[in-house]
Amino acid sequence: MQKIKIGIPKALLYFKYRVMWLSFFDALGCDVVVSPDTNKAILDMGVNSSIDESCTSAKIYSGHVEWLIKYGKCDYIFVPRVVSYPDGDITCTKFHGLYDICRATFPNVKWLHYNIDYAEKHTTWQAYKKLGTGLGAKPDVVSEAYHNAIKALHNYEADLQRKQEEVLKKDGLKVLIVAHPYNIYDKVIGEPIVKTLQELGVNVLYADVPDTDAMCARSEALSTSVYWRYNKELIGAVDMYKYDVDGIIFLATFPCGPDSLAIELLVRKIKDIPRTTLIADSNFGEAGIQTRIESFIDILEAKKKGAMSGNGAI
Amino acid sequence: MEQYKISFPHIGKNHIPVKKVMETLVGEYGEVILAPPITKRTIELGAKHSPEFVCVPFKYTMGNFIEALEAGANVLFQIGGDCRLGFYSEVQEEILREDLGFNFTFHMLKITGGNAKGVYDCFKDMNPKLTMPKAAAALALCVRTIYAMDGVERYIRENIGFELEDGALEAIEKEFLKEIEKADSVLQIGGIYKRTMKKLEAVPINKPADAIKIGVVGELYVLMEPFSNYFIEKELAKFGVQVTRFITASYLIFSPQHNVKKILSQAEGYCEYEIGADGTDSVGKSVVFAKEGYDGILHLKPFGCTPEINSIPIVQRVSEDYEIPVLYFSFDSQTSETGVKTRLEAFYDMIQMKKGGKLV
Repeated sequence: MQKIKIGIPKALLYFKYRVMWLSFFDALGCDVVVSPDTNKAILDMGVNSSIDESCTSAKIYSGHVEWLIKYGKCDYIFVPRVVSYPDGDITCTKFHGLYDICRATFPNVKWLHYNIDYAEKHTTWQAYKKLGTGLGAKPDVVSEAYHNAIKALHNYEADLQRKQEEVLKKDGLKVLIVAHPYNIYDKVIGEPIVKTLQELGVNVLYADVPDTDAMCARSEALSTSVYWRYNKELIGAVDMYKYDVDGIIFLATFPCGPDSLAIELLVRKIKDIPRTTLIADSNFGEAGIQTRIESFIDILEAKKKGAMSGNGAI
Repeated sequence: MEQYKISFPHIGKNHIPVKKVMETLVGEYGEVILAPPITKRTIELGAKHSPEFVCVPFKYTMGNFIEALEAGANVLFQIGGDCRLGFYSEVQEEILREDLGFNFTFHMLKITGGNAKGVYDCFKDMNPKLTMPKAAAALALCVRTIYAMDGVERYIRENIGFELEDGALEAIEKEFLKEIEKADSVLQIGGIYKRTMKKLEAVPINKPADAIKIGVVGELYVLMEPFSNYFIEKELAKFGVQVTRFITASYLIFSPQHNVKKILSQAEGYCEYEIGADGTDSVGKSVVFAKEGYDGILHLKPFGCTPEINSIPIVQRVSEDYEIPVLYFSFDSQTSETGVKTRLEAFYDMIQMKKGGKLV
């Protein structure tokens, strides 16, 4: 029998859950096609198939979906819906609507999705169970695939955390990047920033790496009313690392709703650490970014040598 | 002891019932200081002290807060919601306190779905003499007032484009608002409402059977605060159009029709799930307007409003399926008034041609 082929857009939650998804689909005997790294063509497709005002990260997602439709030769395209987490925190409304937006934007496509919404009693396990049995797998196979997928994700995250611990011990300048995984690990949005920092010999720490449950709890130190799960994870990490790093880079895509407020609040609360905010859109130029990062690092170096006083906010 | 001087942001004419209920709730321990009416200064001040790409209701309400504090307010209220609105408070408070150096108490009340207990607890702290029955009576008065105001507004919206004598309907509304401001019982408001509706219905209108009907959907703030949408409904009505809008304060806060199941059933075939805040409702109500044979739809939102951006590709699908034209507006603090009028005029011309069979 021909294997079912599932297309996964390399954007948004892919960067958070890919290990789990790939492990799960593999265990069910499905083939998976992941769209390539974001490139000019994908970006253009995303811009053209999206509403002008949609955030750049969602436009990129749309471009990856279109790539899969055109070149993926897949039976289904996987667009998960994640709305709320066990403790009541929610995601940005973009994630609530993504599945229905894709259905409206690209008619006549066979979609595969799951719906995680703890507030409505749709748990992660139920979501995967429905997904797996819907693909024709037996319940016990689905259960085993699910538990192994969770384990794989935990192992992967633990490994990243260990590596970050190592970076923390290093000498030299350390910079914390505060950005959603789908922004900082994207080829076009985040990678040029990381590359520039590494070329300058800076040790890069990522706010999305530490244990997310712990970070959500910790976020209360800086914000008492934020309710977006993915922002709480980052805010908690800012609190944890604030005295271990020389500077913080906030990266958001234009015009991200949650980040527009969350970054504003953090910039005000973290007054004693040099920080800068980068806003990326679909015309994000590598040269401009390089210049801004270089001057930011110059400031951090000068401050470290004691040549400058003040809080150094730019 | 210092008196509580309470204030809150404007949204349409809703300061009338809100002021009244708050005055009763705070009793002898304070007073309500209305934020000055929204002007250009309000939005300029608000925009100046707001994050750059935050949605525009943040900027307007920020402007209201600054002007209210300047006028002496020391207790501020903001409402909470399901999108970015719920996070406005913490950031606005931080900016007002840290950047601008104001001294005040800040309260965030989640009101969607009704939060009577939260309101009571909040005012009981300020007014120890407040009792449950007193609060309940004040809230009931507030609810009745909002319903009456929405009823009057609805009639005017649907008929103002056809009145024979310009300004006749609005003159009655002005009188109505004055009376309702003074009224202090539910019964009284009922009487005023009935009298007003009779007066409105007596105003001669010339509405053809096939009058152009346009439905308005979108984000609640720009729908309900005419200053933020450049009085678009009035502009539209001037062409001789019946304007219909479902989204009102009474609908959002009290109506049993405002529930997920109902909205999703209206949006059936387009939204399998909720797409965030009131975005699903924009899709659902677009379908309702299309099915009821409306000639066009206006979709209004603040720039960058995620739930409504989510709704647009889906509303576009509705528009194609039912062949109903939709005009989209995105409002920011920099929107050009002339641009709004020109686009509206072109939209009206297009609908008229389509209706006359000149446009296929």
